[in-house]
Amino acid sequence: MKSSDAFALGLRSVMPILVGVAPFGIIYGVVALQSGIPPLAAMAMSSIVFAGSAQFLLAQLVGAGAPMLLTAGAVGLVNLRHALYSASVAPVLAHLPRRWKILLAYLLTDEAYAAAIPHLMGVTSNSSESVPGHWILFGSGLGLWTGWQLSTLAGVMLGTQLPSNLGLDFALPLTFIAIVVPMIDNRARFAAALAAGAVAVVLATMPYKVGLFIAAMAGLVAGVAMPRRAK
Amino acid sequence: MNLWWLMLACGVITFGIRYSFIAAEGHYQPPGWFRRLLPFVPIAALTALTAPELLLVQGDIILGSDNPRLWAGMVAIVVAALWRNTLITLGAGFGALFLLQYS
Repeated sequence: MKSSDAFALGLRSVMPILVGVAPFGIIYGVVALQSGIPPLAAMAMSSIVFAGSAQFLLAQLVGAGAPMLLTAGAVGLVNLRHALYSASVAPVLAHLPRRWKILLAYLLTDEAYAAAIPHLMGVTSNSSESVPGHWILFGSGLGLWTGWQLSTLAGVMLGTQLPSNLGLDFALPLTFIAIVVPMIDNRARFAAALAAGAVAVVLATMPYKVGLFIAAMAGLVAGVAMPRRAK
Repeated sequence: MNLWWLMLACGVITFGIRYSFIAAEGHYQPPGWFRRLLPFVPIAALTALTAPELLLVQGDIILGSDNPRLWAGMVAIVVAALWRNTLITLGAGFGALFLLQYS
């Protein structure tokens, strides 16, 4: 696969997700202004922090006048699950120069990871000649980044007028379903999904999305612990 | 001014988390169990993100007809399993949600 084809594949894969992300970006822009964050800083946050749910939290904590250390710690907790994505894609990126690793780490969000990972599974650094996985990740990452910047800009320009909820945000869980369900092709993977989903629902009220991270860990352990069916 | 320092700190923390294992790759020898966990990351993480979106309505588990997103999600799961196509799954999920909400 050529680099340009891989880039286009990543970009194409993230497009349905953008439908769901755009409303969040707009609402983030509105919430940031309502929290007393100046428009320029609200925009800059989308490229400096570049993490949807963490930016919502950051805006709210700034608005509430929370201490800086607590705010930074909370943002770290909210983004903890990204360490799992980092571990997941690390073998694919192992052979790349550092500037590629830095760029793709910066662009590594839930959405970019989700869009790229079905095309990366089975790709290791050994076979990277045939499928340039880093170009797929770059395509989905840059697509998501651009969409996030444009939608937060729209939110900042809308100001305090909250757009009516059209239900477009439902595109996000739907796209994740479209990505995950075809991956579940054995008992271990089914166990991983079941455990992660159940724990996430039970722990949803935990602060700073810690429950999400614990749920993902529970899914990993359940997947590995599930005994293979005897053939 | 404090706000900019705070944003910078949060940006560095977020980047550090995302860069952690990518940077460490090749510089350490991960134990075997760690490598065995990794193939489950996409399924576990994305299901953890999605399940609360379907099952919870403002923090409560709602299974009845007053949670149309759950049932639209179920339709999407079946369609995703059968067709393995993102656009068809999106269409089915949004179609089901529309029918459940406005019928």
